[in-house]
Amino acid sequence: MAEQNKAPLLEVNDLSMHFTTKKRGKTNTVKAVDHVSFNIYPGETFGMVGESGCGKTTCGRTIIRLYDPTGGTMLYNGQEISGKMTKEKRKFITENIAMVFQDPIASLNPRMTVQEIIGEGLKVRGMSDPKEREALVIDMLQRVGLQAEHATRYPHEFSGGQRQRIGIARALIVKPSMIIADEPVSALDVSVQAQVINLLNDLKEEFGLTIMFIAHNLSVVKYFCDRIAVMYFGKLVELATSDELFANPCHPYTKALLSAIPLPDPVSEKGRLRITYEPPKDQDESLLSYHTVSEGHIVYCTDEEFEAMLHKA
Amino acid sequence: MEPILQVKDLTVSFNAFAGTVQAVRGISFDLNPHETLAIVGESGSGKSVSIKAVLGILPKNGRIEKGEILYKGNDLTKFKEEDFYSIRGKEISLVFQDPLSALNPIMKIGKQITEALILSGSVEKSKAKAKAIELMEAVGIPDPELRFEQYPFQFSGGMRQRIVIAIALASDPELLICDEPTTALDVTIQAKILELINDLKRKKDLSIIFITHDMGVVANMADRICVMYAGRIVEYGTAREIFYEPAHPYTWALLSAMPDLDTKEKLFAIPGAPPNMLMPPKGDAFAARNKYALQLDFEEEPPYFKLSETHYAATWLLHPDAPKVEMPEILRERIARMKEKEAKSNGRAE
Repeated sequence: MAEQNKAPLLEVNDLSMHFTTKKRGKTNTVKAVDHVSFNIYPGETFGMVGESGCGKTTCGRTIIRLYDPTGGTMLYNGQEISGKMTKEKRKFITENIAMVFQDPIASLNPRMTVQEIIGEGLKVRGMSDPKEREALVIDMLQRVGLQAEHATRYPHEFSGGQRQRIGIARALIVKPSMIIADEPVSALDVSVQAQVINLLNDLKEEFGLTIMFIAHNLSVVKYFCDRIAVMYFGKLVELATSDELFANPCHPYTKALLSAIPLPDPVSEKGRLRITYEPPKDQDESLLSYHTVSEGHIVYCTDEEFEAMLHKA
Repeated sequence: MEPILQVKDLTVSFNAFAGTVQAVRGISFDLNPHETLAIVGESGSGKSVSIKAVLGILPKNGRIEKGEILYKGNDLTKFKEEDFYSIRGKEISLVFQDPLSALNPIMKIGKQITEALILSGSVEKSKAKAKAIELMEAVGIPDPELRFEQYPFQFSGGMRQRIVIAIALASDPELLICDEPTTALDVTIQAKILELINDLKRKKDLSIIFITHDMGVVANMADRICVMYAGRIVEYGTAREIFYEPAHPYTWALLSAMPDLDTKEKLFAIPGAPPNMLMPPKGDAFAARNKYALQLDFEEEPPYFKLSETHYAATWLLHPDAPKVEMPEILRERIARMKEKEAKSNGRAE
């Protein structure tokens, strides 16, 4: 892969995000993201899949520092974005990374017009001239497939797909180099999903974007992403290019996930075998480590399991 | 075989502030015993409304304008609310889309299942608990005795959906209606729930109406498929016919909008949005979004054209005088791939 030779745009090293709750004096720690490392290279689409609760959304939100990570470091273009938050760091992150949220209804303020929603990022960045802002907003609306007259309307006047376009416009107006799209299509109808995926693909070309795409729909991820990371209970269990991951899944959870994808083919659907994955109980975590299957394809397992995988292959 | 449920020319409207919304515009289908019929369509296509009409649970502002719903020969449209008591939740059960809002959050799981059992009149109070635990086992809940005493919030999404299915099965229904039962769930959990439903269908000889918008799920479940758009059934046939020989441009669009694992080309997105059902368009409702639409599609509603004994589609493209139109390339290639795969696996079987 060509991107692999370039310097990474985003380096995530050993990132952990733990949440602790206190209940009757007992502390309970949820390891939402646990020692996760990966690189994202400029111009690529990096997919992150896993079931709900596996930490994929938390991972994305930690990268743009909506949470304070418990441990690990993150570098964006060589600059550190983890650690103590300062005004400069916040500015650096928000100028470079933008987020598209999952729920297009909840993520838009119902009492602001589309123009205010999209233009807010510019206003915060000190563009005080409303005329100038309006021109940019209208230009952006047209690029995401909406019309200039939509600028003065409120979010409730739009359909789900159009709202997601507004969310995308809001993310892109500040000209970020990377966007984190957190399940941008899972709340949409199939016919509209395709519109939004095509739009993201076009915008990626047009703006030279790097995209981190978080999703649970594997056929969409396979279609859209260059490389895919599979997460399971806070751990990154497998990482490979999308063709490699689907052709040669190694981790048993990845296999289970792939076997569960519903396909639009009645004949193969009715005859297929589903694999289920039950993680071994009381597994000693210290035995688990990352192994390289082939270049760019890593899997998280014990040494023994890795030996077994190699033999099968 | 006599169909267990026959819906004839069902039309449902809603009185809304802005006027009358024509949610379902004359749909007909029938369900044979022990078969799974899938109704597929986008949100707002009227699929949920039509089964709500079947169960007599339309909202207050909705009404059945015309049509018949024959369940074992009785017309459900003529039923009063009291008449439904002997059918709804007894002979016909419903599995809801969202398992969290379908369960009472402040009532123990066990109580919710025994309540359904006792109300259905099939079980005495004293035996209800044993029967409920049996049901929980049947839907694959581990440690049912312990889980019996727990509340919904202590269950995961997949487990909650299993409970909802257990409640639906409490009365030993003949007909199970599943309204997008796996939409809120993850793929791995979804696969398990679909397997459970298929398994229960075999064991209990159920007939199932399965509502979904996911063509992948349909492929796994359905014997026959109805594709709905803007309140009408635009195409119906066996699962094989719909997936291998789709004929309506909307079915083409629906199938090719979804990438499969070999898709590389640009996805075929359906332009525009579904029509406003306050003023449904005159001809084929899909015409405005359909690049294959003929002038006639805008003017006159197409009748059903017969493709085989079981396969019908409503589009003027099938008229003998219509120009020959091929389905989109992305779909044609996929069907070729599927057929190839099938031939290969058949070869191996022999």
